[in-house]
Amino acid sequence: MKKTFTLEELDCAHCAAKMEDAISKIDGVISANVNFIAQKLTIEADDNRFDEILKEAQKICKEIEPDCVIVKA
Amino acid sequence: MTRKQRQVLLRIIVSAVFLIAAVLIDKSGKLEILSSVFYLTAYFIIGYDIIMKAASSLRHRRFIDENFLMSIASVGAVVLGEFFEGVAVMLFYQVGELFQSCAVAKSRKSIAALMNIRPDKARVIINGEEQTVSPEKVAVDDVILVGPGEKIPLDGVVLSGEACIDASPLTGESVPVSVKEGSEVAAGCICTDSLIKIRVTKSFAQSSVSKILELVENSMASKSKSERFITKFARYYTPIVVIAAILLAAVPQLFISAGRMEWVRRALIFLVISCPCALVISVPLSFFGGIGSASRRGILVKGSNYLEALAKCDTVVFDKTGTLTKGSFTVTGVYPEKMDERILVAVCAAAEQHSNHPIAKTVVAASGDDYKRFRVSNLREVSGKGSIAVVEKWEVAVGNAALMEEVGVSCTVSNGADTVVHIAVNGEYEGYITVADTIKENAEKAVLSLKEAEIENIVMLTGDKQEVAERVASALHIEKAYHELLPADKVEILEGIISSSEGKVIFAGDGINDAPVLTRADVGIAMGALGSDAAIEAADVVIADDDINKIPLAIKIARKTCDIATQNIVFALGIKALFLLLGAFGATGMAGAVFADVGVAIIAILNSMRTLKYKN
Repeated sequence: MKKTFTLEELDCAHCAAKMEDAISKIDGVISANVNFIAQKLTIEADDNRFDEILKEAQKICKEIEPDCVIVKA
Repeated sequence: MTRKQRQVLLRIIVSAVFLIAAVLIDKSGKLEILSSVFYLTAYFIIGYDIIMKAASSLRHRRFIDENFLMSIASVGAVVLGEFFEGVAVMLFYQVGELFQSCAVAKSRKSIAALMNIRPDKARVIINGEEQTVSPEKVAVDDVILVGPGEKIPLDGVVLSGEACIDASPLTGESVPVSVKEGSEVAAGCICTDSLIKIRVTKSFAQSSVSKILELVENSMASKSKSERFITKFARYYTPIVVIAAILLAAVPQLFISAGRMEWVRRALIFLVISCPCALVISVPLSFFGGIGSASRRGILVKGSNYLEALAKCDTVVFDKTGTLTKGSFTVTGVYPEKMDERILVAVCAAAEQHSNHPIAKTVVAASGDDYKRFRVSNLREVSGKGSIAVVEKWEVAVGNAALMEEVGVSCTVSNGADTVVHIAVNGEYEGYITVADTIKENAEKAVLSLKEAEIENIVMLTGDKQEVAERVASALHIEKAYHELLPADKVEILEGIISSSEGKVIFAGDGINDAPVLTRADVGIAMGALGSDAAIEAADVVIADDDINKIPLAIKIARKTCDIATQNIVFALGIKALFLLLGAFGATGMAGAVFADVGVAIIAILNSMRTLKYKN
C-alpha cells in the first residue's frame, strides 16, 4: 500500500533528507519519500504493519524536528 | 509571517536589546557582573530552543545535527570568555533561519499558486435540483453546470450551451477555445463567458487535472544527478569539517604554547560553517521550480532526472504522424477531366458517404452538404480498393488504381507523395482527387527553434511510404528521415541513434502505438496524451496539448533550471570553502561565519526562484 501524508511545520531541508533516510530503514517499508518543498511524505509499505510503521515514522519525525507532525492528506 | 515566525522575530529583538545593553555596560568598564548577566539573558532568550533541540538529538545519538553544532560553537565561545561572539552566533543563526523560513514559505506559496488548478466544487443536478458538492463525489454520467468564470470540475461532454473556455491552466495556451453541444471539455479549464451543461465522462480521480497534479507531485521522487550529488556530499561534508575542527583545535597545541585558545576559537568557526542546510535546500528547490514552471505551460515532467536529461539532449527524434503532421487528411487537389470540380467531389462523396476509411471521410467532409442532393443506391464497398454505387442514374466507381483496373478503366496518374482517389462514371475516367496528411502549422517553427537551440541532430521516423516521408522532411528542414518502419523497426533505429550520439536522445510521439519507443528513449515525450493512460505511463514528459513548440520550450526551461542548480552548487560550495580558509587563518569571526552560512542559503533560495519565471 502506498500512502501520502502532509508534513506540517517541516522547516529544515536537511532534516527532510534525514527523515527520508530513517523512515526508509523501518522494517516493512518498501520505499519512503519526503518532499521538502511540497511538505509531503509518501510511504510504500506492508499493509499489515502500516499503522505501526506510521507511528514509528511519526516518532522519527518528532526526534529530528520536534514541531513536525504527520497529517493525513 | 506565521505565529512561529513572529515569536522568533520578537525573541531576536529582545535578545538584541539585551546584547546592546551588555556591550554598553561592558564598554563602561564597571559592573562586570551585570554585563555578564545581560549577556547570558540575551543568550538564553535567543538560544534556548536550539539548546533543547541539541539535547534531544544528543539523546537520540545524532551528533551531527546543526542545532548541536551551533550549541557547541556558542557554548564554546562563552567558555572561552567571548560572551559577545557566543550570543552573536545564536542571534545571527536565528535571523538567518527566520529569513530562510520566510523565503521557503514564499517559494512554497508560489509553487502552490502554479499548481492551483484543482477544482474545489461541482454544481451537480440531482433529481432536477442543483447541489454544490466536492468533485470527488460526482459520478460518471451525472450532469453538472458550469457558469461564467467558474472552473470546470470534471472531464465531460457539453450537453447544452455554448461558451469560450480558457484551457491555459492545463496547457499554458491562452487563446480561448469555443465549445458547443457535443464538444469534449477537460477539468481544470475555465469557462469564461456563459453557462454550459456538461455530462461527466470520467470520475475525478481519472480526470486530466488529477493526472497532472499527481504527475507533478510525484515528480520529485526521481532525483536528478545534481540532487543526488549534493545530498551525498552533505552526508560526508559535515563529519569531515567537524573532524577538521577537532584537528584544528588539537594539533597546534602540540607545537605552540602561546595562543592556545585562539586555535579553539578557530575550530569553533569550523563547526559553524559545517552546517549543510544551504547546500541541501538549494538544488531540489531549483528543480521543483523548473518542474512547476514547465507544468504551468502544459509540459509535465515526471522527475528532475528527466529535466536534467532534457537539458543535456543533442538529438530529437520525431514520429511523423500525429506529431509533425496533424494525423488527419485534407483534400490537396481536385483534377477533373471534364466535370465541374465541385460536382466531381460531390459525386465522389456520395459514393463514399457510408465508408469508414479515413480518406473517404476526408472527401465526404470536403464536399460539405453538396453530396446530399444526390440519390444513391446499390452502394457497396470494395475492401481495400474503394466504393461502387449508383448515383442518380450513373454507375460510379471511386477508389484506387486497383479499383479502376477492376472496373476496366485506365488511369495513369500517380501523384508522388499524396494519396490519389480516382473516379470513373459509366465506365469512363472522370479525374482524380488527391488527399494528404497535413503538416502542423507550427512544426517548421519548432524544428527551427530546436536548431537555434543547437540541437544538431533532428530525425524523423514514420511507417509511411518514402515519398510522403521525403515531402514532410524537406518541408520541415529535417535532414534524416526513416520510412516504412514497423513499430519494432523504430525501436531498433532509435537504439542505433542513442548509441551513436554523445548527448541524450529525445523521442517525441503522440503516444499511440509508440509506447516501446517512448520507453526506450532517454526522454520520451508524449504529445497531447492526457487522454491515454498507456502514453502517460510510458512517457517521461507529457505535453498536455499537441503544440510541438513546447518541445524546444521544455529544453530551454530545463537548461535554465540546470544552470541555476549548478550556480547554486558552485556558489554554496565556494563560499563555504572561502570561509573555512578565512576561519583557519583567523581572518573571520564566528558571527561572520554564521552570516555567510545562512546568507548563502538565502541567496541560493532566491536564485532558485528564478526558475519559476521563465520567459520566452
